[in-house]
Amino acid sequence: MPSSASDLYDVAIVGAGSAGLSGAVTAAELGLSVALLDTSAQVGGQFYRHPEPALGAVRPEALHHDWSAFRSLHRRLESVESSGVTRLAGHHVWAVTRDDADNADAWTVHAVTGADGDGERPVRVRARALLLATGAYERQLPFPGWTLPGVVGAGGAQAMLKSGLVLPGRRVVVAGSGPLLLAVASSLAHAGARVPAVVEASGYLGYARHMRTLAANPHKLAEAAVHGAALLRHGVRVRTRSAVTAVHGRDRVEAVTVSRLDRDWRPVAGTGRRVECDALAVGFGLAPQIELATALGCATRPAKDGTSALALDALQRTSVPGVWAAGETGGVGGAQLAIAEGELAAISIAARLSGRPAATAGGHVRSLRRRRDRMRAFADVMAAAHRPGPGWTRWLDDDTDVCRCEEVTAGRIREAVTDLGARDARTVKLLTRAGMGWCQGRMCGAAVACLAATGGDVPPSAERRPLAVPVTLAALASLAEPNTTPEPTGSDSTDGG
Amino acid sequence: MLTRNTSDVIVVGAGVVGAACAYYAARAGLTVTVLDRGPVAGGTTGAGEGNLLVSDKEPGPELELALLSLELWRELADGLPDRIEYEPKGGLVIASDQAGLAALRDFATRQGGAGVTAHEIPADRLHDLEPHLTSGLAGGFHYPQDAQVMPALAAAHLLRSGGGRIRPHLGEEVTEVITGASGEVRGVRTVNGEFHAPYVVNAAGTWGGELARRAGVELPVLPRRGFVLVTEPLPRVVRHKVYAADYIADVASGSAALQTSPVVEGTPAGPVLIGASRERVGFDRTLSTEALRRLAAGATALFPVLAGVRVMRTYAGFRPYLPDHLPAIGPDPRVPGLLHACGHEGAGIGLAPATGLLIARWLIHGQLPMNTEPFRPERFDPVP
Amino acid sequence: MARTPAELVGARPEPPFEITFDDRTITALPGQSVAAALWGAGILAWRTTRGTGRPRGAFCGIGQCYDCLATINGTPNRRACLVPARPGDAVTTQEGNGHAELSV
Repeated sequence: MPSSASDLYDVAIVGAGSAGLSGAVTAAELGLSVALLDTSAQVGGQFYRHPEPALGAVRPEALHHDWSAFRSLHRRLESVESSGVTRLAGHHVWAVTRDDADNADAWTVHAVTGADGDGERPVRVRARALLLATGAYERQLPFPGWTLPGVVGAGGAQAMLKSGLVLPGRRVVVAGSGPLLLAVASSLAHAGARVPAVVEASGYLGYARHMRTLAANPHKLAEAAVHGAALLRHGVRVRTRSAVTAVHGRDRVEAVTVSRLDRDWRPVAGTGRRVECDALAVGFGLAPQIELATALGCATRPAKDGTSALALDALQRTSVPGVWAAGETGGVGGAQLAIAEGELAAISIAARLSGRPAATAGGHVRSLRRRRDRMRAFADVMAAAHRPGPGWTRWLDDDTDVCRCEEVTAGRIREAVTDLGARDARTVKLLTRAGMGWCQGRMCGAAVACLAATGGDVPPSAERRPLAVPVTLAALASLAEPNTTPEPTGSDSTDGG
Repeated sequence: MLTRNTSDVIVVGAGVVGAACAYYAARAGLTVTVLDRGPVAGGTTGAGEGNLLVSDKEPGPELELALLSLELWRELADGLPDRIEYEPKGGLVIASDQAGLAALRDFATRQGGAGVTAHEIPADRLHDLEPHLTSGLAGGFHYPQDAQVMPALAAAHLLRSGGGRIRPHLGEEVTEVITGASGEVRGVRTVNGEFHAPYVVNAAGTWGGELARRAGVELPVLPRRGFVLVTEPLPRVVRHKVYAADYIADVASGSAALQTSPVVEGTPAGPVLIGASRERVGFDRTLSTEALRRLAAGATALFPVLAGVRVMRTYAGFRPYLPDHLPAIGPDPRVPGLLHACGHEGAGIGLAPATGLLIARWLIHGQLPMNTEPFRPERFDPVP
Repeated sequence: MARTPAELVGARPEPPFEITFDDRTITALPGQSVAAALWGAGILAWRTTRGTGRPRGAFCGIGQCYDCLATINGTPNRRACLVPARPGDAVTTQEGNGHAELSV
């Protein structure tokens, strides 16, 4: 264990995306010492993912909405990096534990290092407070053919484009549900791909019932309008109440079948139409990445999109004292909300550590909270509008792989439920291995939970993953050895603008 | 008259022990209601590695039960689908020094008298059995009778193969055991209603003590936590269940403190499973990095090739144990019609069929086919 | 209007380099992940599953799905979407669990 008090940070922040970055700079500006851990070599998270400096992108903003917000956070980071923020890039956090040595009021963050966590150097970081800003990953629902090469996550296509400047194909259908689809389609089209169709399972009518909430968030409407206009310019057709129900091709995608859906997302027989393409980018919204928090016992809440999010109070506190969360972990809501929440969390942490709770009572905090609440309300409207309908399971064949890792079919899962007494995702997993593979159910969890609950609605699956990422036995075996001092990463050479 | 909620016997617990009780009772012609608070295999069964072991047991009543169970598992494996992953792969117990080997030799000799087969493996032959085993070990003993099964699937298929005679009601918590005028069992009450039967079998695992209390009797079942590490999928790198000699002492120990001894085995699905830790901390699932560290260090010491292999998953399970480390099996004289089949600690998967068979025999014939005196449920009552 | 992603962001990358995929030589740009370099060469699959032997490649693109596992310079199960491409890297199609050499 670290031996000197200097190894104890005021706050450890897991995740250097919008929420974590905002939390880090705010905390440092308030005089706290911050350890900022992220798996990536760069800051920015998924939303502000951008090319490595070696790729020499002169206009990274061409692939981003609201790049200026990131540029501003980045400048603030540079000015506090020498004083308050220790950046720990390439750190994959596998667990957080409560310190039982010395004073009980501290946390140990356990990480493995390297580009994909392959480094031999396990690291521990101790801190008095913990801010979880671990973001989200894309929610997927299976359909026949979704394991064929050329079918990629919509967010995945976006991520590969933003950081690697590559496309999965030349004609890319974008499908699934959620506001991300329009952004992805517009990026792909900008970058030179043909997008024969955007296929959205919901109708957009769900938005119309909440015009006041929408009108209170003009920046969000502007963002949607930008994407919408871009799609028009590229001649991209948006088909609502539709889904890709089959993928064609032997070794890779050659075409997809798009079918109409009823309001419960049941495919309407006889409506299937073939669309030629060489790739499909698909996603059904995002799911909060909360396993570090749930392993600590933090309470969750069912979000309106059917996912499970952390239950947070007005100052971003989880139910476990000493643990804060911000951004998508508290429910998916986008980068601007994450930035506001990161700042709020940092102010709340500083107030707690300095023993001056009054520091959260000022006008700035009040206005931050108002902004946060307004954006959360908007996010809830979006979430409800894109919540998967119970009928989606009708587009599965019995031999559709649901669990990609362990290749467990829908038929096997249904058998476990109807014949073997499984009533929940955990038992399905035990009886079929669905969710037991490398990704630990991140890709199939929503679908398995849904198939296990015979009602068909998607119950939030609060899966426990005590190991947030895989760790080598050698790294685990070396845990008693003196801690390797974390090596701060040099400042990000991207100038953010 | 047989209504939906009336049967010959109610089994509380849809883990592997409850499933085996239901299976053998149904095979004997009885109708069985199986109730569980959660899903099938939702407790210790779902956290188990599926060990069917004789190698770790001293001569005595538990070993007798284990030997009977091994035969029954072989029979069951013939009748149940292959998916229960029954593997008669044998165990290999390793000694790191000569003193340890001598102790193993003595242990194996005593087991031999009780019907256990064990072959001494000299140091230079260990690699014939386990090519990846570290060098420099003193030797070991091969136990060909040891086997493995996938516990959750085994429980689910046992329940399913009872045909129409077994009626599972999952997600129903028993709130009360209903008794008649003279204190005899009449059935149980759950959150949703009543179920009637003249017999109730307590196969509730770690929850068995609480169920006993709801029937008005004491049975001091306590949880003993264990962590299991699950690696990335691998080809067959470990052929047997391989463990160090200290494991036997840890199993028999009553200490509350964390004890670990490496137990390493492959699975048909690919991942290698690594146990075994034991500590008494109630039902706390909080990750213990110290337990993880010791398990990883122990496993890589036995199999250095695993050092670079990644652990994908870890989980805690709770072994239901009684103070003398023996299960409670049989009728409870304090409540006529109440039977117990719980407290098997870490050996429940292995001991399940024999337990189920004993319970079924008693239900049919009113007597037990072997000496079950050491398993008497009331043995912890203070002597009046 | 841009015809390629590189044009869109006005990329002026450092000089490209070569890596191999099985017996093909492909060109990668500095700063690209192995997966990005493979996509750039039109390669979408670099692994076969251990159950049915089906081809797989990058899916989630952010290190969460582990579908992009590749054998890179002899080490199996590297997440190609996270590992940066380096000059001379040898990427080979990973079969199943990638550890066949450990089988006993």
